[in-house]
Amino acid sequence: MAETNGHANGTNGQHAVGTRTIRPDGVDKVTGRARFGADYNLPGQLVGRVLRSPHAHARIVSIDIRKAEALPGVKAVITRDDFPDQPSEFIPAGEMMMNYKDVVRNVMAREKALYEGHAVAAVAATSVAIARKALKLIDVTYEVLPHVIDVVAAMAANAPLLHDDLFTAGVEPKPDKPSNIAKRIEIKLGDVDAGFAKADLVVDREFKTAPVHQGYIEPHAALATVSEDGTTECWTTTQGHFIVRAHCARLLGLDIGKVRVTATEIGGGFGGKTVVYLEPLAIALSKKAKRPVKMVMSREEVFKASGPTSGATVRVKLGATKDGKFVAAFAELKYQAGAFQGSPVQPGVMCAYAPYDIENVHVIGYDVVSNRPKVAAYRAPGAPISEYAVESVVDEIAKKLGIDPIQLRMMNAAREGTKAAYGPKFGPIGLEETLNSIKKTEHWNTPLRKWQGRGVASGFWFNIGGETCVSLTVNEDGTISLMAGTPDIGGLRASLAAVAADELGVPYDKVRPIIGDTGSLGFNFLTGGSRSAFSGSMAIVEAAKLIKADLIARAGKLWEAKPDQVEWRDGAVRPLGALAEKVKPMTVADFAKVAGKTGGPIAGLGRINAQGAGPSFGTHLVDLEVDPETGRVTILRYTVAQDAGKALHPAYVEGQYQGGAVQGIGWALNEEYIYGEDGKLQNAGFLDYRMPVASDVPMIDTVLVEVANPKHPYGVRGVGETPIVPPLGAIANAIENATGIRFTELPMSPPKVLKALTDKGLNKVS
Amino acid sequence: MARVVLIGNLAQLTGGVAEFDLSATSVKQLFEQLSALHPGIERHLEDGVAVAIDGQIVQDALFEPIGPRSEVFIMPAIAGGR
Repeated sequence: MAETNGHANGTNGQHAVGTRTIRPDGVDKVTGRARFGADYNLPGQLVGRVLRSPHAHARIVSIDIRKAEALPGVKAVITRDDFPDQPSEFIPAGEMMMNYKDVVRNVMAREKALYEGHAVAAVAATSVAIARKALKLIDVTYEVLPHVIDVVAAMAANAPLLHDDLFTAGVEPKPDKPSNIAKRIEIKLGDVDAGFAKADLVVDREFKTAPVHQGYIEPHAALATVSEDGTTECWTTTQGHFIVRAHCARLLGLDIGKVRVTATEIGGGFGGKTVVYLEPLAIALSKKAKRPVKMVMSREEVFKASGPTSGATVRVKLGATKDGKFVAAFAELKYQAGAFQGSPVQPGVMCAYAPYDIENVHVIGYDVVSNRPKVAAYRAPGAPISEYAVESVVDEIAKKLGIDPIQLRMMNAAREGTKAAYGPKFGPIGLEETLNSIKKTEHWNTPLRKWQGRGVASGFWFNIGGETCVSLTVNEDGTISLMAGTPDIGGLRASLAAVAADELGVPYDKVRPIIGDTGSLGFNFLTGGSRSAFSGSMAIVEAAKLIKADLIARAGKLWEAKPDQVEWRDGAVRPLGALAEKVKPMTVADFAKVAGKTGGPIAGLGRINAQGAGPSFGTHLVDLEVDPETGRVTILRYTVAQDAGKALHPAYVEGQYQGGAVQGIGWALNEEYIYGEDGKLQNAGFLDYRMPVASDVPMIDTVLVEVANPKHPYGVRGVGETPIVPPLGAIANAIENATGIRFTELPMSPPKVLKALTDKGLNKVS
Repeated sequence: MARVVLIGNLAQLTGGVAEFDLSATSVKQLFEQLSALHPGIERHLEDGVAVAIDGQIVQDALFEPIGPRSEVFIMPAIAGGR
């Protein structure tokens, strides 16, 4: 029995993959039916609220909860005493590693409060008012300690120490004194000293980026219920409900099999919902109160207590020959990790020079703790910071050498066979194609006026695969139920449904995709790393293979055929040779009618550890205008070209490009955590933390480049991370083009731009 | 023999040796052989690293084959935030 390659082959030659199909979750989302984290409720539920540290750094001398517990309506109060301490053990957390010893301290402070907003206690009560009153009755005695926020200040020898048991890893000899520098890492390729000796031009600059938040619109929310026998259920807005299950079971000493987590619809995550905050608290409170407990963060809590990304200081030194060949590259990256080690400096180091073919590279990175919330992943974690600095210097070299910036990038671009600074050689990649695509746009060739500037920058992200489990079930009427175990953030359901439709030869609208809970499928790693569509579609292909093999076997028995007389082709099991004269092909719908009589339900489980993720490169082009009187920068036009490998659902891929670009615009121009001298965040709200809104940006134009990933059955590459990488550099380059001023500190907000213009005397009225 | 290169700080766990010629035919054997040579690296391999075999990055894939002339890089694990 044979199965020819049936990819993208419907019974009528129709293909869903690569088309702009209607989104299966679209109607619910535009009509308000979709249920997000805070929309879930249970009978008898209590309100959970968190008491948070008012200090950036303080020893917790004592916590007295007796008055709060005695308040009528309060059903449970929890503190550090409700969470057993954890040994030092590293686990993956998004793109970074986290230590359970730190996780337990992050969800509930133990010895010290390490940042303003650090959870110190939590209550469950019958009303919001009672919960708030109970928080005020909890008596915490603090010994306030000196704090440190900035990364360079935290690295100083006399800086206030966050952890007296943190010794810098990665240096020899091993330090005998604790430090805020958790780790030093480096990568080396070739001989940078010899490379710089060959350079005709060396540009050496230092950059500083502000800490920013992922800014998801939906705040963290969790609802938990624990029964008397310990069976636990949790509904939460998360990028990975299997990860939530694992963390909660570990932190609370529960059997994983007794914990069932459902991922609600998610209103954005961008990496920030790859870790746990409220979930273990809600479960602990429910266990104590013996009633369901619902917790929802305020926006202020989101800013103060959930993972932003690092602020950083980056030094970049790049050498080139006079004809534009990059010959040596050095960088030193210092990233804030927040209160606990584990910044994204490692990928920052690896990505810094990834877009370029350079023989001699040396990049050093430092992971540094300071009195800020523990950073969480944020889209291509670490890469926007380091690549912003590199892309700024690349642009400066282009200008100094008088070479077109796209041409300079093209001359040095990584190609298939290029040895990346972090080790391996690239397979087929599409950086050149993105540069060519940008150069061919009408946008690139449109003239600009005074105070307008144009900038270009490229970016890279690795992409990953990972553990994935999906199921396909053929229903009695021939429709297909598809279950995935990774939350749908950016179009997963539509993308997987298209693949399932094409694999099984059924119309797209006959496939109904859902996101299953942790009790419904085998383990799934989270939605992150640009993996869910890549890995999920591979798993769908595997599940469909099982179904097709089953149907071929059933047809063989029905037709009393020999194995070589039956094959799967063009969406149906087909008889071959003389048999084709006697029987008709059977589709999935045909088998559905006789499923019971031919062996029972038809289903396939795809379970893989997906490998072969192909990196995605992108190039962005931006036009902007600087207002010399106010320093305000207005984005006039923006074009993204990025390699998707194969766009399963082009509209969703374009959405990823647009969303990443807009987040990058915010990072470049306005967003920043502003701390007072007291170490407290001064702009914990969207009025003062300025994210771009629709009226701030033009339509983001997109160019889909498709250089197939040979390791994926459809050629897919992850697309969600890369588009946030180039905007920072592209905008800095455009502002330089408009004003002649090279800005080396983000955000390039109106006060900074105005000051720079004023200092240079560029905005005087003539 | 496959050429094996340790990227970044991993060589600090092997006395500064960053390159090896090993007869491993799978990632599992690669980890076993490296751990036998340098026991200090074993836990780091278990905690999660990425392995690039002839340019292709794999993670948590003990049975992934390694050819006799493969070029193998062992590097920190990679994930992502989207």
